[in-house]
Order: sequence, then structure tokens, then C-alpha cells
Amino acid sequence: MKRQKQKKWYDYLWILSLAYLILGFFNILFAWLGLLCFFIPLIISVWKGTKGYCNRYCGRGQLFGLLGGRFGLSRRKDIPSFMKTRLFRYGFLVFFFAMFFFMLWNTYLVFAGVQNVNQAVTLLWTFRLPWHWAYHGTLFHPGVAQFAFGFYSVMLTSTVLGFATMILFKPRSWCVYCPMGTMTQLICTAKNSKGAAPGSRTS
Amino acid sequence: MNAGMRKKRRASVDVSLCVACGCCVKVCPVDAIEIRGGIAAAVRTDKCVGCGRCAAECPASVITIQEAVA
Repeated sequence: MKRQKQKKWYDYLWILSLAYLILGFFNILFAWLGLLCFFIPLIISVWKGTKGYCNRYCGRGQLFGLLGGRFGLSRRKDIPSFMKTRLFRYGFLVFFFAMFFFMLWNTYLVFAGVQNVNQAVTLLWTFRLPWHWAYHGTLFHPGVAQFAFGFYSVMLTSTVLGFATMILFKPRSWCVYCPMGTMTQLICTAKNSKGAAPGSRTS
Repeated sequence: MNAGMRKKRRASVDVSLCVACGCCVKVCPVDAIEIRGGIAAAVRTDKCVGCGRCAAECPASVITIQEAVA
């Protein structure tokens, strides 16, 4: 029996996730890099039909695993059963995307010249945190900065939620209701379930 | 002790609730669990030694260790 698995290069991607949050504190335009966390999982699931991103490359999951596991910040209790139901997971996915499109609408309003850049990060879709120090003007249209503020809000909110459930439940509890995970699992199910429907098999 | 009736402990996944995150795969010491088609985890019962690491790690707590007659 192997004692410990050999670490691969992708086991260190949590460093990038941490760096992302820190860089956004100094310059909000770095928030654009977060789009990688949206497109890479989708591309992998559509192209290869696997959840390879969740399984290997998700730096956020690794960060929670490290903080909750090695650093012992998690109570390691079972997540409440309602949080693993499809209703909750799909409901959270819909809510998350509704908020995402609302953010895109605000970005559009800045691009259209109707609104000025709102130099704030909105935490948990409600609390406005001043974040003006991370905005130094931009060579691009102010709408580019507005998208960055909005996207950083999404990323920070999901990190805070994931951190809270990491402490309360198991380290990677976020993975249970992560909208990207739910979406890629749906794509994989649509692609791969012709032979074996989910739930029809026990292992 | 009756050797013919010896019970073996093995992991079992509730696939209807599995989120296919792959946390179990990372901790399995004998590579006995895998994510099939991005849908759910599946245990290779011939390899599983029933150590329970996957069950402890699973964020959705959908893996249980069950005893089966070997």
C-alpha cells in the first residue's frame, strides 16, 4: 500500500487561487483572470466529458482542502442533507447565474455610458465593501473595470461562502454546491449517460 | 473463526447524491475509486480495502463502509 501519493504540478494550483484573491486587492483588473475558472471547467466537460477540472485542477477546492484539512480549520461534520439535494444544488446554480447576469447588466450600463464605475465589491450580493484603492484608472473603457469589480465580487462571495461551509462542515463542502461543479456534472451527464443513467448504478 | 464466512469491508457510494468532485480519488491509498464520466464515483471492489479514508473525506458524506461476505 502506498503511504502518500506523489504530488503533481497541478496539486499546487491553490497558490494561483490565493494569488488571485490577493492581486485583486491591489489591482481590480486582475479579476478578469477569474474567467479561466469559468471557461476551463466548461471546456473540459464539453470536450472530454469529465469533471477533470474539479478532480484535478481546481485551486479553490485545493485551498479549502489545505486550510480545512492540514491546517485543521474544519469541524469535519456532515453537511446537512438538504444541501446535497438536487433542488438545492440546481436552485443555487440558478440563483448564482441570475446574480451573474445582473452583474453583466450593470457592466453593460457602464459600457453604454448610463452609469459610472461603481468602485466597490459587493459581498454576498448585499454588502458593499469600498475597494477604490484597487482602481487606478484604465487604458480601456471604464466598463472593463466595472466587469472586474463585479467578477471579483462573485469570486470573493463564493470564497467566503466556501470558507464558512469549510469551517462548519467538511473542508471541501463548497464542492457540493459549487455552481461550476453542478453545471459540469450536468454537461457530463448529458454527454455520458446514454449507456448508464445516473442513479441507476450502485458501486 | 470460520474463514469461509469472513467479512470484508468495502466502500460504497450513493451515486444519486455523489457530486463527482474527486476528493475520494485523491485520498485513496490503493487507487480503488475513480470518477466515471464526470457523473459519480465508482469503487473497484476488487481493490478496495475498506480503510474508510474516502468516506471521511467525502464532502457530501455519500460514501459508507459496508461489510460483505468475502
